[in-house]
Amino acid sequence: MAFLDRGARAVLLSELAAGLWLTLRHMFKTPVTVNYPYEKGPLSPRFRGEHALRRYPNGEERCIACKLCEAVCPALAITIEAEPREDGSRRTTRYDIDMTKCIYCGFCQEACPVDAIVEGPNFEFATETREELFYDKAKLLTNGDRWEAEIAHNLAIDAPYR
Amino acid sequence: MADFWQGYALPVVITVAEIVAIIVPLLVAIAYLTYAERKVLAWAQLRKGPNVVGPFGLLQPIADGAKLLFKETVIPSGANRVVFLAAPILTFSLSLMAWAVIPFDKGVVLANINVGILYLFAISSLGVYGIVMAGWSSNSKYAFLGALRSAAQMVSYEVSMGFVIVTVLLCAGSLNLTAIVEAQRTIWYAIPLLPMFVVFFISVLAETNRSPFDLPEGESELVAGFFVEYSAMSFALFYLGEYGSMILMSAMTSILFLGGWLAPFNLEPFTGLAAHLWAGFWFALKVALVLFCFLWVRATVPRFRYDQLMRLGWKVFLPFSLFWLVLTAGVLVTTGWLPK
Repeated sequence: MAFLDRGARAVLLSELAAGLWLTLRHMFKTPVTVNYPYEKGPLSPRFRGEHALRRYPNGEERCIACKLCEAVCPALAITIEAEPREDGSRRTTRYDIDMTKCIYCGFCQEACPVDAIVEGPNFEFATETREELFYDKAKLLTNGDRWEAEIAHNLAIDAPYR
Repeated sequence: MADFWQGYALPVVITVAEIVAIIVPLLVAIAYLTYAERKVLAWAQLRKGPNVVGPFGLLQPIADGAKLLFKETVIPSGANRVVFLAAPILTFSLSLMAWAVIPFDKGVVLANINVGILYLFAISSLGVYGIVMAGWSSNSKYAFLGALRSAAQMVSYEVSMGFVIVTVLLCAGSLNLTAIVEAQRTIWYAIPLLPMFVVFFISVLAETNRSPFDLPEGESELVAGFFVEYSAMSFALFYLGEYGSMILMSAMTSILFLGGWLAPFNLEPFTGLAAHLWAGFWFALKVALVLFCFLWVRATVPRFRYDQLMRLGWKVFLPFSLFWLVLTAGVLVTTGWLPK
């Protein structure tokens, strides 16, 4: 009987018809597409995007040149040079991140004792040249100023879980 | 002078105008078929498809066309230049040539020749030359393998398609396409010849190298098959040719099995003189329906393996259509329905 069953199914193309029926039904379902440049998906507060150097509310930069981030960075993407400032505080003279090396592991922000280097929610920083991805201190501080509101909000939300 | 005008120039002008009247809407239809394909596939996969260029992405085919037009035509250094460039032109012009005999209404046809179906069959078989030429002249192993597959595939499925067409001819009693459509006034052949209709549709999929028989292209194993080496306009001509032959084959299917321009029901306002107003609409609707089935099948089934393809063509369709041909002939003769 199995032979008859198989034969009938082959001749009547029932499996083909079932498949076609399935795709036909799918055509009337709502698309799941997120229409990207116009719509965006939700991001976790822990999202690790473009780096930023933050400042205190009084405008003083947070980074104290402890170089923990440079030490922990598994991709050796961070380069820091530091010397005492005129007022005697320890500050960086150079803070470079090579974004082409960075693997976005987030170790730098984990290592930072003063929440100075963070990975913000921005992931749309594609550039046309490779050179533009060698971030210097000025660029990182600008990022920090631009994204401070979102970064502070995300850190506050995530704080209870740390 | 008047003689020259009446006897020679005027008919030429009229014919050229008729050709333009067929080809221009056809090219627009080809462009929007590519759009429709992307949309239908997107819907089946819960995506949105092109929706950025123009309202609902309707200008997408035009943007694609402009892009291909402005690109550089790269000719591989090992290629045979003449054959390499002739192949896409041949493929494209063949897919347009066949439209000469397609009737859009009773009497609305460029060339109402008495062997219309034979002409169609011949032209669609010639399509394989474009592919073989492309595959051979590219001097690339992928292109060559794609062309070999394509040649074998098209030849195999033409045999069973031929038998299906003979079955229809037996019922209609004519090789003239207008007469075949008129013979379907009582009933469309898709109903009494349903198994043949299915065989024909599947063979058409194979003949036009469409999924699930798109082995000649086989992008996952042969990159793009016979047109790997093509770029810019020469690529676009292959593309247009492929979609043009899809529309042609759909037109052929609707003429042979779905009653061409005939209305699906014999009611007002689709009878008498008004029928001529609606003829183009019904024909276009049927062609669009068959084309939708092409895309629908592509959204559903995976590609055949090569041995399965050959088995289906030679060991299933050929004996089956032969059997059905004999059966049809027998029924027609015994019941006396054979057309005089």
